[in-house]
Amino acid sequence: MDYFLITTSLLKIVGMLVVVILPMVSYSVYAERRVSAFMQDRLGPNRVGPAGLFQPIADIFKLLLKEDFSPRHVNTFYYWLAPCLALVPAIITIAVVPFGSTLLGVPMVIADINVGILYVFAIASLGVYGIVLAGWASNSKYPFLGGVRSSSQMISYELSLGLAVIPVFLLVGNLRLTSVVRYQIEHGWMIAPFIGDWMNLGKWLLAIPMIISFVVFTIAVFAETNRLPFDLPEAEQELAGGYHTEYSSMKFALFFLGEYAAMISGSAVIVTLFLGGWHFPGIPDGSHGWIFGLINIAVFFAKVAALIFVFMWVRWTLPRFRYDQLMRLGWLFFFEIALVNIFLVAIIVAYFRF
Amino acid sequence: MAITVARPKLNWRERMYLPAIAAGMAITIKHFKNMILGRTKVTMQYPEEKWDSSMPEHYRGAPALVRDTDGRVRCVACQLCEFICPPRAIKIVAGEIPSTDRFAKVEKYPEEFDIDMVRCIFCGMCEEVCPEQAIFLRKDYAITGFTRDEMVHHKEKLLEIGGVMHGVVLKWNEKK
Repeated sequence: MDYFLITTSLLKIVGMLVVVILPMVSYSVYAERRVSAFMQDRLGPNRVGPAGLFQPIADIFKLLLKEDFSPRHVNTFYYWLAPCLALVPAIITIAVVPFGSTLLGVPMVIADINVGILYVFAIASLGVYGIVLAGWASNSKYPFLGGVRSSSQMISYELSLGLAVIPVFLLVGNLRLTSVVRYQIEHGWMIAPFIGDWMNLGKWLLAIPMIISFVVFTIAVFAETNRLPFDLPEAEQELAGGYHTEYSSMKFALFFLGEYAAMISGSAVIVTLFLGGWHFPGIPDGSHGWIFGLINIAVFFAKVAALIFVFMWVRWTLPRFRYDQLMRLGWLFFFEIALVNIFLVAIIVAYFRF
Repeated sequence: MAITVARPKLNWRERMYLPAIAAGMAITIKHFKNMILGRTKVTMQYPEEKWDSSMPEHYRGAPALVRDTDGRVRCVACQLCEFICPPRAIKIVAGEIPSTDRFAKVEKYPEEFDIDMVRCIFCGMCEEVCPEQAIFLRKDYAITGFTRDEMVHHKEKLLEIGGVMHGVVLKWNEKK
């Protein structure tokens, strides 16, 4: 038995979950409320604690103390299963994402498996079950419509999601997410491969399809995490809240937290694939001292936070798509763009021999 | 009859939507930035900041009884306000002023004067109808209580809100 591996893995799992992900989820709810308020010339929650910073704690207490009401007509087993299925996949996606270099010689990734990105897609697709089951088990028409919408939306956008990352792996050569980061440290970030190699025409050409691929992937992640402008499953105005209409108290909160957890893990994957992971030019990795290991982790989460801000920024700017527009966009534009993009990258890679 | 509105023809640049999206994002970030820098001043932080200083003269807040400069409660318990009050919030019990009093010729005074602030609609009719200039609407607006009984303003409370009124006609002076 490898006690060292087991202990460090457990420490990383617990530390990641309790110290980073869960507070980040609850504080991204707070941040969402503040950011949206600022964008609309309001103030947002600013009463509980300094600048409203204890608001998430108050919210959680409120949700825990509320009556957990379940309607009589629901399918009880699936009704209880759905909130868990909404939250769990969103959180366990983080397992393969390298969130730092090394800290005291321990690699800062929970599971460095060689099918990294496939694992991410496999688990992220499980997120749809939470929503579909919630819609189905609620036994009511609006949640049902929300569930149906969600499943078709996810299936449509998973295609472009998968196709958009292929260029990255054409360059890297294997599916391990740590090697994606390693590649980006050596050859420049995926969205700016010309950094450090300014005179190389091929790298400049490569930047174009990589940026397209980044944009397509980011938009597909928006759709996967049900964020506006693609939040059709829960469209408040049309579906009265969508799949979580019949839920209350902590079960409702789990859906809510699941959405934010999915947003965080989605941002983490984007950062890892396109924005250099924990790497920042000029900062050495963790083998030069534990302080650099910590800085690398901080850089990673700063990037994630910046992306989450972009998520919120987009949400409070753009209106929701109509359903046919959403499908048209997914099948007729992003799918084709991503497909053509693969060929572009393949040609550039073959011609310039990266 | 249904009217079909012609959809505008979009050129290729508009059909890409990207410039419009970028413009929208620029607008929201501008608002965000101005808010962060404190340039936008819209919200008033209520219990700390109040309108009180900039309230207009004609503001109709809580009705109150006033004393004149002689210290006399100006109300003579004529009960006109009780009759005019649309939600019937006012209740007056009249009493007689003893003949030894300095203002004995006024004859009546309110023994009890209750305004139920749960019912009051701040219409100001009581102020308008009062022949004695005894009841005025003041600028108090935050009237709260935990029970309905607490929301009833008795005579003492009304006089406390009202205070002394200067510059009103002193028609019950001894000289007149």
